[in-house]
Amino acid sequence: MPKDIDAKESGIGAATKRREDIRFLTGTGNYTDDINVNGQAYVHFLRSDVAHGRITSLDTSAASAMPGVLRVFTGADFEGVGGLPCGWQVTDRFGEVMQEPAHPVLAQGKVRHVGDPIAAVVAETAELARDAAEAIELEIDELPAVIDMKAALQDGAPKVHDDLTSNLCYDWGFVEENKEAVAKAFDAAAHVTTLELVNNRLVANPMEPRVAVGDFNRATGESTLYTTSQNPHVIRLLMGAFVLGIPEHKLRVVAPDVGGGFGSKIFHYAEEAFCTFAAKALNRAVKWTSSRSEAFMSDAHGRDHVTKIELALDADNNFTALRTETHANMGAYLSTFAPSVPTWLHGTLMAGNYKTPLIYVNVKAVFTNTVPVDAYRGAGRPEATFQLERVIDKAARELDVDPIALRRQNFVTEFPYATPVAVEYDTGDYVATMDKLEEIADIAGFAARRAESEKAGKLRGLGVNCYIEACGIAPSNLVGQLGARAGLYESATVRVNATGGIVVMTGSHSHGQGHETSFPQVISEMIGIPEDMVEIEHGDTANTPMGMGTYGSRSLAVGGSAMVRATEKIISKAKKIAAHLMEAADADIELKDGKFSVAGTDKSVPWGDVTLAAYVPHNYPLEEIEPGLEETAFYDPANFTYPAGAYACEVEVDPDTGKVTIERFAAADDFGNIVNPMIVDGQVHGGLGQGIGQALLEGCVYDEDGQLLSASFMDYAMPRADDVPFYQVDHSCQTPCTHNPLGVKGCGEAGAIGSPPAVVNAVVDALRSAGKDVTHIDMPLTPARVWAAMQG
Amino acid sequence: MYEFEFARPSSVAEAVAALSEEDAQALGGGQTLIPTLKQRLAMPTTLVSLGGISELKGISASGREVVVKGGTTHAEVAEGASAYPALAALAGQIGDPAVRNRGTIGGSLANNDPAACYPAVALASGATIVTNAREIAADDYFQGMFTTALEEGEIITAVKFPVPEVANYQKFLQPASRFAMVGVFVAKFADGVRVAVTGASEEGVFRWAEAEAALSANFSADAISGLTVEAEGMIGDIHGTKEYRAHLVGVMTKRAVTATG
Repeated sequence: MPKDIDAKESGIGAATKRREDIRFLTGTGNYTDDINVNGQAYVHFLRSDVAHGRITSLDTSAASAMPGVLRVFTGADFEGVGGLPCGWQVTDRFGEVMQEPAHPVLAQGKVRHVGDPIAAVVAETAELARDAAEAIELEIDELPAVIDMKAALQDGAPKVHDDLTSNLCYDWGFVEENKEAVAKAFDAAAHVTTLELVNNRLVANPMEPRVAVGDFNRATGESTLYTTSQNPHVIRLLMGAFVLGIPEHKLRVVAPDVGGGFGSKIFHYAEEAFCTFAAKALNRAVKWTSSRSEAFMSDAHGRDHVTKIELALDADNNFTALRTETHANMGAYLSTFAPSVPTWLHGTLMAGNYKTPLIYVNVKAVFTNTVPVDAYRGAGRPEATFQLERVIDKAARELDVDPIALRRQNFVTEFPYATPVAVEYDTGDYVATMDKLEEIADIAGFAARRAESEKAGKLRGLGVNCYIEACGIAPSNLVGQLGARAGLYESATVRVNATGGIVVMTGSHSHGQGHETSFPQVISEMIGIPEDMVEIEHGDTANTPMGMGTYGSRSLAVGGSAMVRATEKIISKAKKIAAHLMEAADADIELKDGKFSVAGTDKSVPWGDVTLAAYVPHNYPLEEIEPGLEETAFYDPANFTYPAGAYACEVEVDPDTGKVTIERFAAADDFGNIVNPMIVDGQVHGGLGQGIGQALLEGCVYDEDGQLLSASFMDYAMPRADDVPFYQVDHSCQTPCTHNPLGVKGCGEAGAIGSPPAVVNAVVDALRSAGKDVTHIDMPLTPARVWAAMQG
Repeated sequence: MYEFEFARPSSVAEAVAALSEEDAQALGGGQTLIPTLKQRLAMPTTLVSLGGISELKGISASGREVVVKGGTTHAEVAEGASAYPALAALAGQIGDPAVRNRGTIGGSLANNDPAACYPAVALASGATIVTNAREIAADDYFQGMFTTALEEGEIITAVKFPVPEVANYQKFLQPASRFAMVGVFVAKFADGVRVAVTGASEEGVFRWAEAEAALSANFSADAISGLTVEAEGMIGDIHGTKEYRAHLVGVMTKRAVTATG
């Protein structure tokens, strides 16, 4: 693969402009809310306004009699219907499986968080449905809510689920066998740095709220669900097999243009099951469009970890052991992949970029009366990175050594590297990314910039950190052992049409990633035809092969690899056809620039002649191969991929108000090979924006009664354009992945994973420059919090 | 939103008549009322739009007074109140362009959101709120969070601003809403200095008397260095404690004074 990425005009490495942006930017996208099925009705959900309570009375008769109401559904209508399934079962450190509560589509007897759906009114219009919902007579016997995780684990705490033994979902130890050895290493340490911190709860807030349209065809008995999903096949499987009992061949799930997901649209939600169920019950299509207010209290939230981390060092400042204890909030129910996030997506990354020989991670997952928490951009890896890179920074200050030097000293430098937390990094060069970072961030010039800031009465700080992530999730046999209830391969069908154009049907869903542009670049490179001869289709279970969807920065590494494998089959068959046409041996055929030629001769046939022959097989080796040119491949990765990098943030702090301004931000990433550097830049920019949002602005806050205080954009601060700086990003350090055919590693989450510790490290550095004895401030670093920290 | 009747009178008199209906509600630029209706937190029988009343629009200046009609948008004030630059600057910092092109000065003052900007300039300027029925001094007009001297159905037709010698508004943004977490308007007149604070207090906009006295004696940031407002009575929420807001009042006041120089 070429390294000189900016020089190319097309194919792998070219900065091809995103073709999908034309429709997104001109208002001609086709989002789920744009889909209106003939005769559709509308549903409004009556949601709990208390965090915890027992439903003592639910009378829908008045609501049912309201104008335009087709039917009012309650939990009673879903008796005998499955609950929402959890897709990952974690086994705890004592060998027991996690506690797994039922998750009804509509509340059965109890409500467990503000926003928990209790009843659903289907009516001729959305307004009539909402009118009628107000006429539902509901009485709830309010119960004490459990919001704080540690309080939830106290003896006698109110139980979120009466049928569970406690609010503890699981108590996970990793690697449990290392626990004693880790303790001994701490006993022998020359220095131990301890840090307690919070990884703040976030709301994903994609630009497009969730929407579901359920439809039912009485003639064919087929149900269709249009939904805002990152993985329509997964929804089909979960909803069809576990909730509604519809076989795949009678259930079609379509996720058309989707306006951002960031993880929150991976999961199977009650509203999807409801709309599909109600459409069949009423023989009418049923549509639900989430309001932004509903999104805050029904979309799965992210993060919400409370961690104590300890780092042991020897007298030479080598890391000798690491130990963490984390409380991870599950919310009121287990969302689809929630149990995996604080465990296998978190504990396995605790080695970071460092050769710490002994690591022990303990995670207690806790039920609380809050919205379920699940994967959000990075999912477990940002939490791991944040605590590790914060504690290293704190250690450097305690030991009075340069934080960059301390990191460099402890880098993993030889690959492959087997960590003490069960993963093997295939490739990487952490020294190279740190060198690159120091260059693009102009670390050497920081002291002068700090002096300038001080002249203007501002405090300036520099924060540097590294990150590593595991992407390209994942080898199916491995994740099966770890508790996944699904395989994590990807599939692609490559259909070559008679005149040479290609349609790729991929299981990778695109909701902002740019697959429709980058995937054709790969095929263009492989065959030597223009990119615009290739079209990407995704998001419809009716026409794409089984796919696991898009999350964990896996699309190009796994879905792209499936496409490469299918294209290799196409090329192999096309060479046979070309050999026949040129009366040559298969082995002598070469494909270059869209032309098949016979090695060592001037004989050639163009791509289009061969594809035409496949469909008009007049002169064709019918005895050897079938007509047509269409191939499918499933690709199951051999390992995760391990993108890594080093980030630097420079902030100014206004000492009078505590306001933090990000002055510079540099990111040096190693994503392996790059298909479209412009798209990679954009992915990094977006990730950095979200990471900076987490670090400075975003915080989802409940009061002690379980009321959501940050329930709208009036109180939940999303980053705006003027909150972020112009970034210096570089991805010229490339150690290609060794086990996928493209050598790619994934870039979608890196920015969100790597940036929060850089920001916090920088703010702490700024405050310390003014002599403030501040070692940590919990995110988000609002002006009020920074000012309070400065007051001591 | 719930269903309602909609009236769009073309004169103040017609509007006053329409508002005499039970549960009728005046609609200015709708920047607060429309979201409130969408959340079904209000249920007026009739919405009386003031947007079609030409006599409620416009800005005039004479001598040391600027008069802004009640239906004038923030964008129009930002553009047209050049005779009172600090007022124009304040209007230009409200919300975003969409808000500024819809929201009106009369709507903002009638609503008296504790974090709105206009109450600060009205109170610090010693403005006069003119309604269809009477004239109300700003000192009498603001009566606490979302509470004013307006009677039911009374319409703000204009606001008369005495133009100070120098003035400045400093706003510290609440990070999410970008309303004023603390906004301080300092206005220096020949007979003294007025300081009005918005965003900070549980009682809505207020005058900071100690700062006014100190600045009237010595109009410099140093003059208020030792002064603080009581944290008690300030708003404390997830964005900042009472103590933080009290602190910001001092910081923003100093900055406003410095910015006039």
